[in-house]
Amino acid sequence: MRTIAWLTVREAARRRLLWLLLILTVGSVALTGWGIERLASLARENGADELSIRLGVSQVLILVAFMFSFVVAMTAAFLAAPAIAGDIESGVALAMLARPIRRADLVLGRWLGLVAVLSVYAIASALLEIAVVGVLTGHTPPQPVLAALYLAGQGIVLLTLALLLGTRLPPVGAGAVAVVLFGLAWMAGVFAGIARLFDVEILVTAARASRWVLPTDGLWRGVVFHLEPPIVIAGAGPTVGPIADANPFYASTPPPTEFVAWSVGWVVVVLALAVWSLHRREV
Amino acid sequence: MSTPSAGPAVRTERLAKRYGRTVALEDLSMTVERGEVFGFLGPNGAGKTTAVKVLLGLARPSRGRAELLGRRLGDRDVRARIGYLPELFRYQAWLRGREVLELHARLARHPADRTPKNVEEVLGLVGLADRAESFVGTYSKGMQQRLGLAAALLGRPDLVFLDEPTSALDPVGRLDVRTIIRRARERGTTVFLNSHLLTEVERVCDRVAIVDGGKVIAAGRLDELLGRPALTIRAAGVSAEALMALAAFGPVEVRDDRLRIDPIDPARVPDVVAALVAKGARIQDVDAGRGSLEDHFIALVSGGRAPGPAGPADTAGPARPAGPDADDATA
Repeated sequence: MRTIAWLTVREAARRRLLWLLLILTVGSVALTGWGIERLASLARENGADELSIRLGVSQVLILVAFMFSFVVAMTAAFLAAPAIAGDIESGVALAMLARPIRRADLVLGRWLGLVAVLSVYAIASALLEIAVVGVLTGHTPPQPVLAALYLAGQGIVLLTLALLLGTRLPPVGAGAVAVVLFGLAWMAGVFAGIARLFDVEILVTAARASRWVLPTDGLWRGVVFHLEPPIVIAGAGPTVGPIADANPFYASTPPPTEFVAWSVGWVVVVLALAVWSLHRREV
Repeated sequence: MSTPSAGPAVRTERLAKRYGRTVALEDLSMTVERGEVFGFLGPNGAGKTTAVKVLLGLARPSRGRAELLGRRLGDRDVRARIGYLPELFRYQAWLRGREVLELHARLARHPADRTPKNVEEVLGLVGLADRAESFVGTYSKGMQQRLGLAAALLGRPDLVFLDEPTSALDPVGRLDVRTIIRRARERGTTVFLNSHLLTEVERVCDRVAIVDGGKVIAAGRLDELLGRPALTIRAAGVSAEALMALAAFGPVEVRDDRLRIDPIDPARVPDVVAALVAKGARIQDVDAGRGSLEDHFIALVSGGRAPGPAGPADTAGPARPAGPDADDATA
């Protein structure tokens, strides 16, 4: 398993993926940091008070986090989808699986390696963005580390799903299905808020259920909540807050502990399914 | 490597594999003894690659039993003592040749301290020592196949499966592979060779099995399979007296200007020629031998089949082109 995990990390480095991600991250952070700093400076020049500026910066930072969340999700899907499917399709898996390794070693090794790459990328890019914005504007969100962890968690969930799909589907198919499901889960989160606003109970139930079926949107709300200044949540109040949850860039409450536990369990179950699926697969 | 378990290298009993309604293997029964080079032949779709995949645990049998090195299929200790060059040979393009071999040494659980020596040995064996530090992505197809061969022979396995090991090689490369196979046998490695090049099989294999429709239709040592030697002579001016003299060497058949004595003791061929010359015949051509494996193969697998295009690769044993031009369209 360790051999495969190390092989996966090495592949990411050799194929220049890590370097590309690093360059993209630095570029994105530089551009968005410059943009946010300009906006804050302009607001100051126009006489806006410091609280308003910080609130504005916090909301732009959440939008930037959404961009990173999208990039992390795409990276997760398109890293994990070909990790096993590509080896099977190309024939690389034939010589490897004839060796005395368990199919589980291949799946878990791939997963560990991909999780290492994706987590480092997600956490480092999120913390770098937050740090740069903090230095340039003076705004620091309440829980930057937790926000970064939720961002990585969302990526890990999608990565695990893409890995499972890749044990049965070709690489492009597995990646595409994972991305579509990610988009649907995000939309379901929006629908849940709107349905609650209009009190459509069945839609609320269906949309909420989707959050448990694929916990990416729930974890995204964890990112948002930990980037949201407490004053915004306090300002929205207990009545408006839940309604505002229809807005995918707002969260009135942190993800419940049982949801976080479920997300961890979800990853374990889907990973076990991936192991079982590859075990049953003939190559 | 050590051989702690008893029994032949490969034994299958009524091994079968179906993909839905498609029969890939049906009643495959055979034994490969340790230390021999075993040729596994058959037309396209006969089930050869499927058989190898089943034996290596890459596909599950639908029925039947099989053992490798005296242990049940899938035994991981046994798999540590087996090498495999797949027909579809692909290795990580982003690794260097040496790194691919080091990876396979780790996957095969070879002792780490022996890996550098083992890697050097197989790199030298397949002629890749000077390209060991190049990325696999820069290798030609032939070099990738050599690398696959090196990976299969890494650590001197007890049993090695070579599925079309020369498909991407030029004639010199094919000669190299024959030498490599002979060396492996000398070291005690059992070689299970899938090849569509019948002359290649003829030159290196101790025994062969010919499969068709997922069953072994002929198996044995080459001399057993090919039968006794016969002598064909093309000559002019063969008198009745000369024919009577030839009868002493064996049954004589005359067709146009050709005489055939079947069977013939190879040691007596010069005597036959001398007798004919003494009786005034003019010898134009002498051919003494068993007939080729190709002739035998074609006779076996094209019997009762209409000539036609070959079917999908390695599925259910479709028809194949019959006749002498069918040369390499066989495995």
